[in-house]
Amino acid sequence: MIEIKDIKKKFGDYLVLKGVSATFESGKCNLIIGKSGSGKTVTLKCMVGLLEPDEGYILFDGRNITEMAFTERKEVRKEIGMLFQGTALFDSLTVEENVRFPLDMFTTKTLAEKIERVNVCLGRVNLENTNKKFPGDLSGGMKKRVGIARAIVMNPKYLFCDEPNSGLDPKTSIVIDQLIQEITQEFNMTTVINTHDMNSVMGIGDKVVFLHQGLKYWEGTNKEIMKITEGELFDFIFASDFLKDLRRRAQY
Amino acid sequence: MIKIFETFGEYLTLLFRAASRPEKPIMYWKETFRQAHDIGIGSLPNIAIVSTFIGAVSAVQFAYQFRTMNLVPMWWIGSIVRKGMILELAPTISALLLAGKVGSNIASELGTMRISEQIDAYEIMGVNTPAYLIGPKIAAAIFVVPMLVVIAVFLGIMGGWGAGIMANFYTTAEYFRGVTDAFNSYDVFIMLVKAVLFGFIISSVSCYKGYTVHGGAVEIGKSATQAVVYSSIIIVIVNFIVAFILL
Repeated sequence: MIEIKDIKKKFGDYLVLKGVSATFESGKCNLIIGKSGSGKTVTLKCMVGLLEPDEGYILFDGRNITEMAFTERKEVRKEIGMLFQGTALFDSLTVEENVRFPLDMFTTKTLAEKIERVNVCLGRVNLENTNKKFPGDLSGGMKKRVGIARAIVMNPKYLFCDEPNSGLDPKTSIVIDQLIQEITQEFNMTTVINTHDMNSVMGIGDKVVFLHQGLKYWEGTNKEIMKITEGELFDFIFASDFLKDLRRRAQY
Repeated sequence: MIKIFETFGEYLTLLFRAASRPEKPIMYWKETFRQAHDIGIGSLPNIAIVSTFIGAVSAVQFAYQFRTMNLVPMWWIGSIVRKGMILELAPTISALLLAGKVGSNIASELGTMRISEQIDAYEIMGVNTPAYLIGPKIAAAIFVVPMLVVIAVFLGIMGGWGAGIMANFYTTAEYFRGVTDAFNSYDVFIMLVKAVLFGFIISSVSCYKGYTVHGGAVEIGKSATQAVVYSSIIIVIVNFIVAFILL
């Protein structure tokens, strides 16, 4: 479980996060949603340690990483896997080398053991026989799956996904969402997904946190979110007149 | 003025972090050898062509002037080309060439990694990114640039010999008499000091410019250009300081 308490983050004079608190449960897909500029990415980056919050606490199973020394924090980071918006695969390495990199850097396994583990992870994301390909040879969806394989290769306790569906067609997005959900449940990970894709919210949103102008505006499940009838969250869910019209028709 | 000190402080901090203890030394060795290969083998053809012709043109220039004066024996040209290549031309011209080729390459590589979140991906894994991405590049440059400079000296001297023989300025025996006459190993020491310093300057300045990029493609281009310009300026200044102190 991950808890964030009263997180504040300022860039220059602009206060991006104005005191966000939320709890993200293990074995569930926890979604952070919100409009562009609402503070989703900053929240996620603060949680994984890429940004330092100006105020507040971040607790990983009770361990406060905001007060940890660099070496302690490095140990916590080894329990974190992350899928980046642009996948962030290493261009000069093959798929196998990309997935194997954390094992090469942080374990004493033999090469055969590492390759076996890589093949298990690539198999889990349905990417067998791509070991020797380079990221440039893969489609967007395949790159995302390699990103997931790399994120889970060290058996992380916490999985963070930044806009996992950006740039993907709706069908591939569903495949990626389902994969993340299956892996979360299978390994009982605490998964935090940053998205503005309502299909993801409805499909895998075990818990949803809606950020608006740097504050937590709403928190609930994907079932509860459809009961919203007004306010900023309603405008976010039914962003277009077309969707609002569809909802009205469905009600009558 | 404050900005200059801030930038210098940031540069020193990054170097300090790059010098920290590696998580797994074998991975760092592999990366260092990969970088050494890229810098060394990748730059060898350019260095070879430029140094050969620099040596050749030096010989032709001096032969032209000596023939006009008719006071100095032509075998001296071998000595002048050797001294010029070792003390000045090979280290400085090679370094300026490497600043253009290797410096821009390093800055744009790290800049692209920064923009495409690859550096963030390393950080999340728990990798000390300055140590893993910058340390091996600096180590490789310090190791490889002196080797390239030694090769440049050899090819420059051979270029001078080839040009003189083709133009019939001197015989092979005369030229190599000059090359071996009054050889002073202290000159080689100065050359190596310069090569090590220039290798450090090219790699560290370029790494700093690439690692600290913010923005997008335009900023990567700017950082690569700045890496070349700043490295080149620092090289010529350090070249003067080394010559002033050691000669």
